[in-house]
Formats: sequence, structure tokens, C-alpha cells
Amino acid sequence: MSAVLDHPTGHVHDHHDDHHAPTGWRRWVFATNHKDIGTLYLLFSFTMLMVGGILALCIRAELFRPGLQFFNPELFNQFTTMHGLIMVFGAIMPAFVGFANWMIPLQIGASDMAFARMNNFSFWLMIPAALMLVGSFFMPGGAPAAGWTLYAPLTLQMGPSMDAGIFAMHILGASSIMGSINIIVTILNMRAPGMTLMKMPMFAWTWLITAYLLIAVMPVLAGAITMTLTDRHFGTSFFTPAGGGDPVMYQHIFWFFGHPEVYIMILPAFGIISQIVPAFARKRLFGYASMVYATASIAILSFIVWAHHMFATGMPVTGQLFFMYATMLIAVPTGVKIFNWLATMWRGSMTFETPMLWAIGFIFVFTMGGFTGLICAVAPVDIQIQDTYYVVAHFHYVLVAGSLYALFAGVYYWGPKWTGVMYSETRGKIHFWGSLIFFNITFFPMHFLGLAGMPRRYADYPMQFADFNALASIGAFGFGFMQVYFFLFVVIPMMRGQGAKAPQKPWEAAEGLEWEVPSPAPFHTFENPPKLDVTATKVIG
Amino acid sequence: MVGLTGLSALASQAAWAVNDLKGGPAVNQINLQTPVTKIAQEQMWLHNMMLVLCLVIFIAVFGVMFYSIFKHRKSKGAVSANFHESVKVEIAWTIVPFIIVILMALPATKVVVAMKDTTNADITIKATGYQWKWGYDYVKGEGAGIGFVSTLDASHRAMSDSGNPGEVDDYLLKVDNPLVVPVGRKIRIITTADDVIHAWSVPSFGVKQDAIPGFVRDTWFKAEQTGDFYGQCAELCGKEHAYMPIHVKVLEPKAYSAWVADEQKKIAAKADDPNKEWKLDELIARGEKVYTANCAVCHRPDGKGAGPIKPLDGSAIVLSDKHSDQLEVLLRGRNAMPAWTQLSDTELAAVATFTKNSWSNKTGQVVQPAEVVAERAK
Amino acid sequence: MSAATTHGNTPYYFVPGPSRHPAMAAFGLFWVILGAGQWINGHGWGAWSLLFGLLWWAFTLKQWFGDAIRESEGGLYSDRIDASFRWSMGWFIFSEVMFFAAFFGALFWSRGYSIPTLGSLDNALLWPDFNGLWPSNAPGSTASPAGTVEAFAIMGPWPIPTINTALLLTSGVTLTIAHHALIAGHRARTIAFMWATVLLGIVFLGFQGYEYHHAYEDLNLKLNSGIYGSTFFMLTGFHGFHVFVGMLMLLFITLRLMKGHFTPDRHFGFEGAAWYWHFVDVVWLGLYVIVYWL
Ligand code: HEA
Ligand code: HEA
Ligand code: CUA
Ligand SMILES: [Cu+2]
Repeated sequence: MSAVLDHPTGHVHDHHDDHHAPTGWRRWVFATNHKDIGTLYLLFSFTMLMVGGILALCIRAELFRPGLQFFNPELFNQFTTMHGLIMVFGAIMPAFVGFANWMIPLQIGASDMAFARMNNFSFWLMIPAALMLVGSFFMPGGAPAAGWTLYAPLTLQMGPSMDAGIFAMHILGASSIMGSINIIVTILNMRAPGMTLMKMPMFAWTWLITAYLLIAVMPVLAGAITMTLTDRHFGTSFFTPAGGGDPVMYQHIFWFFGHPEVYIMILPAFGIISQIVPAFARKRLFGYASMVYATASIAILSFIVWAHHMFATGMPVTGQLFFMYATMLIAVPTGVKIFNWLATMWRGSMTFETPMLWAIGFIFVFTMGGFTGLICAVAPVDIQIQDTYYVVAHFHYVLVAGSLYALFAGVYYWGPKWTGVMYSETRGKIHFWGSLIFFNITFFPMHFLGLAGMPRRYADYPMQFADFNALASIGAFGFGFMQVYFFLFVVIPMMRGQGAKAPQKPWEAAEGLEWEVPSPAPFHTFENPPKLDVTATKVIG
Repeated sequence: MVGLTGLSALASQAAWAVNDLKGGPAVNQINLQTPVTKIAQEQMWLHNMMLVLCLVIFIAVFGVMFYSIFKHRKSKGAVSANFHESVKVEIAWTIVPFIIVILMALPATKVVVAMKDTTNADITIKATGYQWKWGYDYVKGEGAGIGFVSTLDASHRAMSDSGNPGEVDDYLLKVDNPLVVPVGRKIRIITTADDVIHAWSVPSFGVKQDAIPGFVRDTWFKAEQTGDFYGQCAELCGKEHAYMPIHVKVLEPKAYSAWVADEQKKIAAKADDPNKEWKLDELIARGEKVYTANCAVCHRPDGKGAGPIKPLDGSAIVLSDKHSDQLEVLLRGRNAMPAWTQLSDTELAAVATFTKNSWSNKTGQVVQPAEVVAERAK
Repeated sequence: MSAATTHGNTPYYFVPGPSRHPAMAAFGLFWVILGAGQWINGHGWGAWSLLFGLLWWAFTLKQWFGDAIRESEGGLYSDRIDASFRWSMGWFIFSEVMFFAAFFGALFWSRGYSIPTLGSLDNALLWPDFNGLWPSNAPGSTASPAGTVEAFAIMGPWPIPTINTALLLTSGVTLTIAHHALIAGHRARTIAFMWATVLLGIVFLGFQGYEYHHAYEDLNLKLNSGIYGSTFFMLTGFHGFHVFVGMLMLLFITLRLMKGHFTPDRHFGFEGAAWYWHFVDVVWLGLYVIVYWL
């Protein structure tokens, strides 16, 4: 750190060996390099995916057949709650931040993130939070069991782990806010000359908009859980009717955060897909400008639809209608994105390497999830399916087949750039097809269960639901198995540098500055801003 | 290991012989439950309409995509074209979905308005969610004044715990006291809750309404068939969330009137004279019934409690010879323990006596109804 | 110290080398949240953990900011970095606005929806005696639906809140004078007015402390005075906390000024703190009108 201060002149040259890449554990713990921090984020999130996944498998094991075989209902609720929290805040969100760290500076020709030390702070903040969340299982009374939505007044009945959870979420929120500010500033202030906003890669665009969503809603979540905290311990009555408060107020505040939150988990995914589809269709992204506008529209609309999660709380007619209409409108900009990807493929010259397979899988299966979302949005239908497995099916279609698939697509697409080696196509394809099949075996039957009336967050269920539940459980174990395969046979070899050496640009038609640097990307890139061609996709000096 | 248990369980799975439950889920049912109200019918219609429209769009969109995927591949010699913009198409595929969405929303609007119209009900019933049971109070209309608590059949709860439930068609849906209503009448359900949020839902009626502590909300239904209809609590409410079903018995108006008359007779009979002096074993016998119906879900039949639920067996409050200690908790609640004011003085006295003389509690104390009357007045 | 202007050896965009501060700060916060969570659940050792974590964290921040200040004064920060700081401070303040929005939202919801609903005819089924009015101790109202809230008197706008408004507005003026003085190169004058600003902030906090004391002792207005007490203390308390933080920022800027940091044309550290202070000021005006007057 202070080496820099000792000879500040060292920095005017752009020799890469200027400050030596630090080694050993210090390289990671003291990291200020966006690539290293990106790697840390990705590894962290993959670990959390495993933890959340094991919890999911516990859930599925218990639900394999009627009756309680493995866990008591209390523990079951803890599993459900922590599965949701860990997947959302520990796996999916940090994974996208990891991508942002790795790719945004490379894509816009910046030397690093705007605030390198704060960047590392954002990462390290997640460690105490994760310890606190996972550790809550070992606190008296067990982990929080009020659902990932942490509805009051159930949260007021929880044990001490609830407070640990609340503080963990505060810290995660702070981490997200700092991360977002970093991303916003990097994008707005550090683009190489010639990289105008409207020439910027879609991934950077979607993250810019996502970062705005984050700084707008994470503080609101913090506010909601702070009130939960004071209600629990300091005698306030925000959510206690006996003192004039209202439990439903919690839900309004939570979902004002919660709905934008789900788009926080999908917009960067859209960005990744928008990079991959043109690369393998060998054709420029269709309708770039409308992609940007569609992303922005989704983000803006996301602030006025929150109460579609609350149709059963009993809102006035006008409220139900407003939120129903607003929600359904989101189909329009989302459709624009789907159609643009289609038009990009149309009359292209396609090949189907693993990243493209995941991207197509994403488009196909995510759209199913989008449609079920639309069906949820129809208030009278939602009255039937709210809080049933139909909703569980809906959001796993958009979160697993959406966010997670896009993350896989991105790992295969950019992995060679990160590690310098190619993955094995065969293994990538096995991972894809296996995941696709098992994913659908797991989650498709949940639509039926939900329509037939099986409520969610149930540790046991009527006999009539037995077969579909058994099927879903089998699928879940298969899906989990595919991820273990991915870890052992794709991730580990790549991290160890086993495999064919990756060329600078492994994909024939991929565009963007990340392909202008060697693979693996050197420790420092673009220390001085590169000169770009008019399309801002090539370095010319 | 997991695989082995899985396999053996799978084998037993196939052997399950359950039947469709009329008024509840059918075996492997794939769509909404058979509607028995207008609203549920309309919901079904809306759902099917949405499903068909979405399917059509889905097939159209992905038809195009897969056509492209098969035709425009490099291995088939496809050369990529050069277009990447067309304001016309882009406007078209913004406007068309917009119109489709509006067309979808229009019929839904009608149903929303109908759903929310709870006026002019024939009978009004208050449904109160407790952890973990439903309390019903007939507030207005024929039957006003009737009130009871509806709890999952204890044998079903035990089956669940055993990990190997029997093949009963109404597994987890059977209650001791179903809600009874007449057919063809508009029933307004007022929901509220005592502790946390629950949700009162009956799929075949197309009804789901959160029950929010401290607030009242309402919903309504008019059943068009007699029979038994089932639902379950649909909002996470703690550990026994899966075990607080809803069972509605819809009767012919005549049968309903008979039921009402019967209930009212029972109420009259139950209205024991609170000044009566009871004997120990009488009270214990009575108290055991009260305990099983109301307390056993949480405190467990063995009085040991579980998790945050306090044990009664060996509890200082229960053993105390100052009876008001226990009566105060019974009447005013404490933390997760709700107040049990809806039980009669005799019932409360009986259950207090029962707990003071059960399991390892052997105090020999008798709590008389008059003491409850006195505590209530405090 | 040398003037922090862009000159020959300023890198295009300075990227700091490896630093232990972030991980150390996170380590401190681990003990903070662990301790806080245990303390409020009645485990005394939590307080020590909290204290240790806070001290550790503050110490780390001191070193961290020390590094940043040295880099800044060492001329490593180009104009582009200056712009980064501006963007980041702006959006940070925006996120704070959203934090306050959650609590204002709670106030609006209670006043506009939950209190009237709890007192409505429909709800008479549950709370027959509740007359829902705002403030909840207004004549004819019953402080809370369950009648569990002791009678209390509300905090009027007069005199302390009004004095506090004057104090904050004045502090905005003194701060601006200091800024102009800095630009004009009158360092002594800048420092004097900065001290005045900090002092006004401290006096504000003193008055607020007194106001809370008065609320608890004389008005029986407490955190547990139903939704009125909850929103009152949450909003004013959260704001007071921000005043405290803003005051600290100004204090450190003042100390830096005394060390000779900042130049007439480059002093974003100063401006950032000033922005924050103005933000705190504006929020107060909102509070003053909405919480105390309306
Ligand atoms: C990545 C996350 C993600 C995404 C992208 C979405 C997308 C959408 N969601 Fe989803 N949702 C969740 C995550 C997500 N959701 C989660 C986690 C929950 C549950 C939370 C909880 O309770 O725990 C939830 C719950 C949820 C509910 C509440 C259900 C309930 O609890 O009862 C509703 C209701 O309206 C809803 C609606 C929608 C809609 C309309 C979209 C739309 O954005 C979808 C738009 C997409 C399409 C429509 C498909 C593509 C479009 C075309 C091909 C164009 C042509 C189409 C037409 C003209 C129709 N969602
Ligand atoms: C954000 C992303 C996300 C992801 C990726 C997932 C992934 C999965 N989810 Fe999750 N889920 C949520 C978010 C997510 N979920 C949320 C928000 C809820 C709501 C919570 C609530 O109600 O409060 C929920 C709820 C939820 C439920 C409902 C629980 C209930 O209502 O009680 C179920 C039930 O089946 C489920 C299943 C699964 C399964 C099988 C996966 C699988 O895709 C998981 C696959 C991954 C793995 C399995 C990991 C692989 C690793 C291993 C297998 C390691 C094995 C180790 C050894 C062999 C040593 N989820
Ligand atoms: Cu009651 Cu769930
Ligand atoms: Cu939503």
C-alpha cells in the first residue's frame, strides 16, 4: 500500500511489471485489483450456492414423501428461510457483482474500478455477514424461520438469531451500496475516450441500471429491518397494532425493496445474454438502443408494482387494479428484449458452443417463468395461487433458469479470459443438458402442485400431492449433482489451468475490449486509456 | 445413503392408494380445483385464458427461434446478414404485446370488482387465525352467536410426526369442528388473527384472504353445491403452519337450520352455572377434553411443549397454589400464548385443574369456575 | 504541504496498491454485529465485543483515510479522481435519502392508513374503544388501540425544535461563508467559520439531547409510546445520528484545514462534507414541518 507512496513517480509509466503482482494470501486479502476481487466474489458466491443448494436439498428430501421423515417443521422453516436468503443475497447478487468487477473495467477500457480499496471492502463485508447468517443455525432457537421475506409479526417471535440476521442484512446492504456506487462511478467516469454511453457493451449498461436500483432500494430494506429490530427490542410499535402500528406496513416497505430486488437479479443476466447471443450468431445485437430503453423501462416500472405480492392482504379494488395493470405492463419491455435476441439470431450464422447453449436455454426457460409471472399478476388468478408452489415454480424459473443460467453462460463465455484455458466442450454440454433436464423435472411439476392448491413453506402435505413432490425431489438431486459435476470437472480444471490454452479471442465473432487483451487477462490492463476505433470495440493505439 | 433411502421410499411411493378428495385436491391434479362458486369459475376461466394465450405466444415466438436455430446455423453454410435495427418492427413488437396485455387485463378487471364486493351478505362469520388453529364466530345472520375453534385432527398430526402417514384421503385436512354454512347464500368471512398473519383459503371457493392481527379484512363466497370443501392456511405462521387446515361443510338450508338449532342447544347446555362447585375428577375429565381441543397442538399431549412453547409439565406457574398465576396467563396471554377469553369460565377452570393434576403434576388442587370469574373481572 | 494540484507525475487514474484496511475494517464490523446481536439479547459480553469492534473499525478507518489523504496531498489524484469523488458522494447521499424515505413512509402510512383504519367502524369488532386520531394523544383519542400506551404529551415545535431549525440554518450559512473564504484563499477565516459550524452542530445535538430528556421526563413521551413515539424517535433519532456523523466530518475537515490541506481550487474533501451537511439540513426542514408542525 504505502509502497506506492514511497515512489509515486513509478506510476507514470505503464510497464506492467511496475508494481509486482502481490503473491500468497496477501494478494487476496489485501486485494485492490478488480480482477482479483472479481474472482473472490465469484468463489464466494459459488460457495454460497453450495450452501443454499444443500439447504434446498434438505427441503426436497423432507418433501420427497408425505409425513415428517428427517426434520421437524421448525427446522424445515429455517431451511426454507435460509435457503432463500442465502441464494438471493449470498449466491446470485454477489455472483453478478463478481462479473461486474471482472468485466466492466475491461469492457469500458478502464484501469480498474473507481475506488479500488472500497471495492475490496464491499467484498470483505460479506464475510462477517455470511458467517452471521450461517452461524445463526447454531444460535439458541436456531436460524430465523420467518421466510426470506421476514414478515412481521412472525419475526417478532424469532429468537436471537433474528437479530444476527438483521445485522447481517444491514452489512450486506452497505456492501451492495458501496459496490453499486463503485460501478456507477466507474461507468460514468472511467470510460476510455470514444466509449460513449451508447457504444457501451450491454452488460455494462444493464449493470449501470441495476446499480441505480440497488442504491435506491437497499436502504429501504435496511429501514424495514431496522424497524423490526426496534420493535423486537426497544418497545416501538411499527408493526404492532396494539400500539397503532400495522404488520402490512412491513410488507409494503419490504416489497418496495423486494420487487426491484428481483430485477436486480435479472437485469445483469440480460446483459450477459446480450453479449453472448451476437457473438455466436455472428451478427451485431439487434436493436441496441431499444435494449437500453427496455432495460431502463423495466427498472422504472419495477418501483410501482410491489403490491402484486400482496393481493391477498386485502387491498381496495383500485389498489388491486393499479398494481395488476402496472405489473402486466412489464411484459412489454421484457418482450422487447426477447424479440431483440431473436432478431439477432435471425439470419445469423450460428454455432452452439456451451455459452450459446446456456443463452438459448436461458431465453427459452426464462420466458416460461415470465409467462407464469404474468399469470400471477392477474389478481383474481393470484388469489388462487399466491403462497402456493405455483409461485415457487415461477420464481425458480426466473431465478434458476434465468439468473443462474445466465451466470453459467457467462462463466463459459468469459472463463477462458479469466483463466487462460478453455473448458472442455463435452463437459460443458453435459452440464448444460443435464441441468436443463433436471431443472425442468424439479420445477415443472411445481406448477401443478400450486394450481392444485399446495401451499408453500409446508413441511408436510396432503397425500394427493405425493407423486409430483417425489418427482421434484428426484429432479432436485439430479440438478444438484450436475452442479457438483460442474464444480469438479469444469471449474476446478479451469482454476488449475488444465485445458487447451485459450486464445486472446476464443469466439470468432465476439466483440468488445475484453477480447483486445491477452488470455488470461494480465494483472493490469488499460492503465492508460486506450485509443478506440469508432465502434469502440477495438483498440487502435 | 441418501440414494438408498430415496430408492426404498420410491418403492413405497408407487404403492400409495389415495383417492381424489372431493372438495379438495385430486390425485396428481394439474389445474385449479373444481370450482363451486362463480368467482372460482371465473378465476378458472381467466387462468385457462391466460394459459392458452401464453402458450400460443410461446409457440409462436419459439417456433421462430427454433426455425432460426435450425436454418441459420454456420454448419449449414448460413452467412450472417447485416441488419441490426428496424424502427418499424421494434415499434410493432412494442405495441402488439401492449395490446395483448390490455386484452388480458380487461376480463380480469371485472372479476376483481366482483371479488371485492362483500356487501349484502346473508351470513357474516369471523375467522380468527391462532397459532395454530382457526376460531369461527358467527357474527350476523342465521346462526349468530355460535362460536367454536377448529383444529386439525390430532391423529393426523401424529401420523405426520411418525414419518409414515397412512393412506387417508383427507390427510392433514380433517378437523374436529368444520365451519358449517348453507348452500346458495352469500357468506361474508371477516378475517383477523390473534398472533401472526395467517391466511384463510379455500381453493374451490376461489377465496384466499390474509388474516392480519389487529385488523379486520373480509372476503366472501356463495357455494353452489353442498358437500365438504377444504383449504389450508396460506401464510407462513410459524412451525405448525402446515397443520391448520380449513374445512367447510356446505349444507342444504334446512339442514343448516337444523345444525344451528342443535348448536344453540349445545350452547345453552354448555352455559354451565359458573357458581357451581365441581369435584376434582369431574373437572379433570372435562379439562382433558378442553386441553385436547385447544392446548395440545402447542403444548403437546404430554404437556412438554416444544421450542418456544413452554412446557406445562413441571411448570412453576401450573404447580403454584396461587391459582391466579395460571389463570392470568390463560386469560391475558403471555408472549406466544394467546388469551383464551373465548372459553367459558367452567372450561378454563376445568383445563387449569386438568393441568394441575396431569403428567408429573400431582397437586390435587381444584380450580373452581368462580375463581375464573373473579380473575376475569380483574 | 505541497498543493494538491495535477502536475507532471500525477497518474491518469491512481489505483492504490494492496491494502489491509478493507479486510481489517470488515473484521472490526464482524465484532460489531456479533456483539450488538448478543447484547440486545441480554448477553453482557456483547457490549465488549461491540466496543472492541467499533474501536478497531474506527482505528482502521483512521489509517485508511490517512492513506487516502496522503495520496491526495501527494498529488496522486487527478481531476478524474476528483470527479469520481463527486459522483460517489452524490449517489451516497441519494441512498441516504432513500433510507430516510423508509421511515417517512412509515409515518405517512401510520397517519394516513393504519391509525384511521384501526379506529374505523369495521375494526370496532376488535378495538371497540379505540378512537384513531393523530397525534394519538389528541383530545378524544385513546393513545393506542389496546390501551397499553400510557398517556403522553406530544412534542410541539416550540421552542427547542425551532431553535434547532435556526441553529442548523445558521450553520448552513457559516459553512457557505467558510467555503467562500477558502476559495478566496482566506484560510484563517475559513477555519474560524468552520469551527463555528461544528459548534452549531454540537449545540444542536445538545438541544436534541435535552429535548429527549424533556420528552422522557416531563411528557412521558417514549419509544414505547405507541406509533407516535416510534415514528417520532425513529425519525428524529436517525436524523440526529446523521447530524453527529456530519459534525464529525466537518470536524475532521477543519482539522485538516488547520494542517494546511486543501487549496482554493481543489478541496473536494471539504465540499463533500459540506454537501452532506446541507443534506442533513434539508432533511431537518422536512422533519420540522412534518413531524413537529403537521
Ligand atoms: C429474477 C427474478 C424475477 C423476475 C425476472 C420476475 C418477473 C416477473 N414476476 Fe416474479 N417473482 C420473483 C422473481 C422474479 N419475477 C420472486 C422471487 C417472487 C416470489 C417472492 C416471494 O414471495 O418469496 C416473485 C413473485 C411474483 C408475483 C407474486 C406472486 C405471489 O406471491 O402471489 C408476481 C405477481 O404479479 C410476479 C410477477 C412477475 C411478472 C409479471 C414478471 C415479469 O417481469 C415477467 C415478464 C416476462 C414475460 C412476460 C415473458 C417474455 C415476454 C414476451 C415473450 C412478450 C410477449 C408477451 C406477452 C404479450 C404476454 N412475480
Ligand atoms: C435465488 C436463487 C435461488 C436458487 C438458485 C434456488 C435453487 C433451488 N431451490 Fe429455491 N428458493 C429461492 C431462491 C432460489 N432457489 C427463494 C427466494 C425461495 C423462497 C424462500 C422462502 O419461501 O422464504 C426458495 C424456496 C424454495 C423452495 C420452497 C420451500 C418452501 O416453500 O418450503 C424449494 C422447494 O423445493 C426450493 C428448491 C430449490 C432447489 C431444488 C434449487 C436448486 O436449483 C439448487 C441447486 C443447487 C445445488 C443443489 C447445489 C449443488 C451442491 C451440492 C449438491 C452439494 C452436495 C454436496 C455434497 C454431495 C457433499 N426453493
Ligand atoms: Cu396459519 Cu399458516
Ligand atoms: Cu414482484
